[in-house]
Amino acid sequence: MALTYDLARAPDLSAFLRKEKDGTAHLELLVKGARCAACMSKIETAVAGLPDVTTARLNLTEGRLAVRFASSRGDASRVIATLDRLGYPATPFDPAKAAEAHDQESRRLILALAVAGFGAGNAMMFSVPVWAGLFGQELGPATRSIMLWLSAIVATPCAIYAGLPFFDSAWRSLKAGKANMDVPISVGVILTLFISFVETFLNGRDAYFDAAVSLLFLLLIGRWLDHRLRARARSAAADLLALQAPAATVLGADGLERVKPLSEVAVGERILVRPGERIPVDGFVEDGVSELDNALLTGETAPVDVRPGDTCRAGAVNLTGQLRILAIARSEDSAVAAIARLVEAGAQTKSLYVRLADRAASIYVPVIHSVAALTFLGGLAFGLGPREALLRAAALLIITCPCALGLAVPAVQITASARLFRKGVLVKSGAALERLAEVDHVVFDKTGVLTEGRPRLIEAPAQAVALAAPLARASAHPLARALAAEAGPGLRATDVVETPGQGVEGMINGRRARLGRASFVGLDGVRGGETELWFAFEGDTRVRFRFSDQLRPDAAQTIADLRALGLTVEILSGDLEGPVARAAQTLHVDQWRSGQTPQDKAAEIDALTAQGRKVLMVGDGLNDTAALAKAHAAMAPGAALDASQNAADLVFAGDALGAVADSIRVARAARHRALENFGFSALYNLGAIPLAMLGFVNPLIAALAMSGSSLVVTLNALRMHGAGRR
Amino acid sequence: MGIILILAPISVALGLAGLAAFWWTLRNGQYDDPAGDAARILMEDSDNRIS
Repeated sequence: MALTYDLARAPDLSAFLRKEKDGTAHLELLVKGARCAACMSKIETAVAGLPDVTTARLNLTEGRLAVRFASSRGDASRVIATLDRLGYPATPFDPAKAAEAHDQESRRLILALAVAGFGAGNAMMFSVPVWAGLFGQELGPATRSIMLWLSAIVATPCAIYAGLPFFDSAWRSLKAGKANMDVPISVGVILTLFISFVETFLNGRDAYFDAAVSLLFLLLIGRWLDHRLRARARSAAADLLALQAPAATVLGADGLERVKPLSEVAVGERILVRPGERIPVDGFVEDGVSELDNALLTGETAPVDVRPGDTCRAGAVNLTGQLRILAIARSEDSAVAAIARLVEAGAQTKSLYVRLADRAASIYVPVIHSVAALTFLGGLAFGLGPREALLRAAALLIITCPCALGLAVPAVQITASARLFRKGVLVKSGAALERLAEVDHVVFDKTGVLTEGRPRLIEAPAQAVALAAPLARASAHPLARALAAEAGPGLRATDVVETPGQGVEGMINGRRARLGRASFVGLDGVRGGETELWFAFEGDTRVRFRFSDQLRPDAAQTIADLRALGLTVEILSGDLEGPVARAAQTLHVDQWRSGQTPQDKAAEIDALTAQGRKVLMVGDGLNDTAALAKAHAAMAPGAALDASQNAADLVFAGDALGAVADSIRVARAARHRALENFGFSALYNLGAIPLAMLGFVNPLIAALAMSGSSLVVTLNALRMHGAGRR
Repeated sequence: MGIILILAPISVALGLAGLAAFWWTLRNGQYDDPAGDAARILMEDSDNRIS
C-alpha cells in the first residue's frame, strides 16, 4: 500500500528530510520498478530538473534515490509526485533508518580482507625461496635470514590489522567467561607470530609468517560471507518496512495536512486515515464512518464497523470511508505494546541458541589446546628441548587452526540462502537456517497464510456478475473489488456515491442501482452475513453474491509435503470456529484451534516447546507476532505486518506456500553439508595432529594443508546449489 | 644478492600501491551500486558523478 500523493493537496513531508549543516537537505527514497538504464536516466533527469534540487542519483542495485536540495525547505512531495507520474511509486525513508543502512562493518571487513590478501601474497613471495631451501637447494643462512625478516616486516602489521575483528570478538567472549571460535584463532595467530619472531631471531629454520596471514585471509572470507548474508537480509527487510509506509497524515491546528514518520506522532494529534490506509496508532474515531479490516490484528476475516466514538487499534486497515482519529497512544505504546513485550521475551530465548560452529568450537577448543599442551610436555619428556617442543606445539596449533571450520558453515549458508533468495525466500541470518533444519512441528496461522487473506466470489446468480460489475469497479471495498476482479475490465457506473459501511449507489446505463449490505438494497430483517453483497436495480429483484476467503491453491500440497518430511502440522487461528474448522477439514489437519488470542498462541508455542518439540511458526498477523518470536523458527509471508516480519527468521514473497516446504528442505540440506564439512575438518585434523606431534610439519606443509582443507570445504559448500531439489 | 634488496622493496611497494588503490575505490563508493554503474555507461549524458 504505497502512499500516493497528488499535487493538489500535497502533504508536507519535511519530516523525512535530513537537514545538513550547510543549509542543504537530503532525502532518500525507495523507488519501485526501476530496473534498467533507461529508467535510471529518466528518473534522474526528471528529478534533477525540479526547482531547488541540486542532484538526484539513483542506486539501481538497491532501488534507492538520493536527492539533494539546495535549501533545507526542499519539497519532498513534489519529488514523489514526479516519480509517480513517471510510473515509479516511491516511499520516503525514515532519516534514522537511512543512516543505519550505510554499512560500516562490511567496509571494515572488506578492508581487513584486502590487507590480509596483500599480506598473504607478499609474505608468500619471501616464503617461496625459503620453502625451496627446504628441499636442499642452495639458500645460504644469510639469505634465508633476510627473507624471513622481510616476510616478518610485511606479515606482522597485516596480521595485526586483519586479525583485529577476531581479537575483538575473542576478548569479548573471554570477558563473558566463554570461549568461542575466535579464541583459538587469536591464540593461534598470536602464538604463531611470536614463535616465528623467536625463530627468525635465532636464525632458525621454521617461521610461519605467511601461514598466520593466509589463515586470517581465509577466515575473513568466511566472516565476510556471514556478514553479507545478514546485511543483505537487513537491507531487504528495511526496504519492506519502507514500503509499508510507516507514516501518518497528521492534521495540524491550521487544518493543513503533514505526513510524519510514525515515531513522531504524539498523543492528542488528529490523524487522517483514507480508505486503504492502515490505522497508524491507537485512537478514537472523531469523524467519519467506515469498516476496519482487523485480519492482521486478530485473524478475523469479517470487517468491523466503526463510527465516531469507537476506538480503533493500530494495524487495522481502513476499508471504505475517510476517518479522522484522535491519537490516544504513541506508536510505541499502541495496542502492539503488550505483544512487543512477548516478542522481546521470545527474542531473548532465541539469542540463547548456540550456533553450529560455536557448538563445534566448544568441543574443538579444549581438545586441540590440551593436545598442544601434551605435545609440548611430551616433547620435553622425550628430551627434545624446550625450543623444539614449543615449535612442534605451535605447528600443531597452526595446522589445526579452524580455518575450515570458520569457512564450513558460512560458505554453506550463503549458497543455501542464495538458492532460497531466487525462490523468493529471504533468510534473515545463518542461525535461522540452522534452527529451521531442526524443526519437527509446524504451526500455521489461517488467515493470510493458509488462505489468501482476501475474499473471492464463490456464489452468484447467473449473469449477475456482469450486471453488478460497473458499480463494483467504482468501489474500493474488498468485496466489491473481488467482484470486479471476477468480472474483468469493463464499464464503470456514473454518479457514484459511496456510503461508508453501507454500499455504493450509481447509474448503470441510465438505471439507478445499489450494491452493498442487505439493508442498503432495502431488505430489512434479512440477517446479512459480513461476507456477502447484495445488488439491485431500483425497484427490481435483489441478488446476492457470497464471498469466502479461499485457501491458497498449494496449501493442501504443502501440508502433504511437510508430512512427507516427517513433520506434524497444526492450525492456530484467531478466526471464528466455522471458517477454521472448514479450512482444517479441507486440508485434512486434525489439530486445530480457533478464537486464539495472541497470548493463547504464544502460550501454546511455549507448551509445545516444554514438551521438547521444535516448532516452526508460520504467521502473518500482529496476533502471531509473539508466537513467531517464541517459536524455534518462524516464517512470515511478504504481505505480513512489519512487526511480524521483524519477528520472523524467514520471509517468503509471493503467493506460493510451497516456499515453507522448500525452505525446510534447503535448510536440512545445508545442515547436512555443514556437518559434512565438520567431518572433513575432523578427518583432516586426525591426520595432521600426529604429523605435527612427530615434527614432520614445516611451513610449506602448513600452507598447503591449510589452503587445501579450505578449498575442499568451499567446494563441498558449492554443492548446495543443487541441493533441496525434489 | 644486492638485486634482491632492490627488487624486494619495489615489489612490496607495488603491492602497497594496489592496496591503496583498492582502499580508494572502496572509500569512493565504487562498489555501492554495481548494477547502476553497468547501466550508466550506456547513458549519453552521464556527467553527474558520485558527489
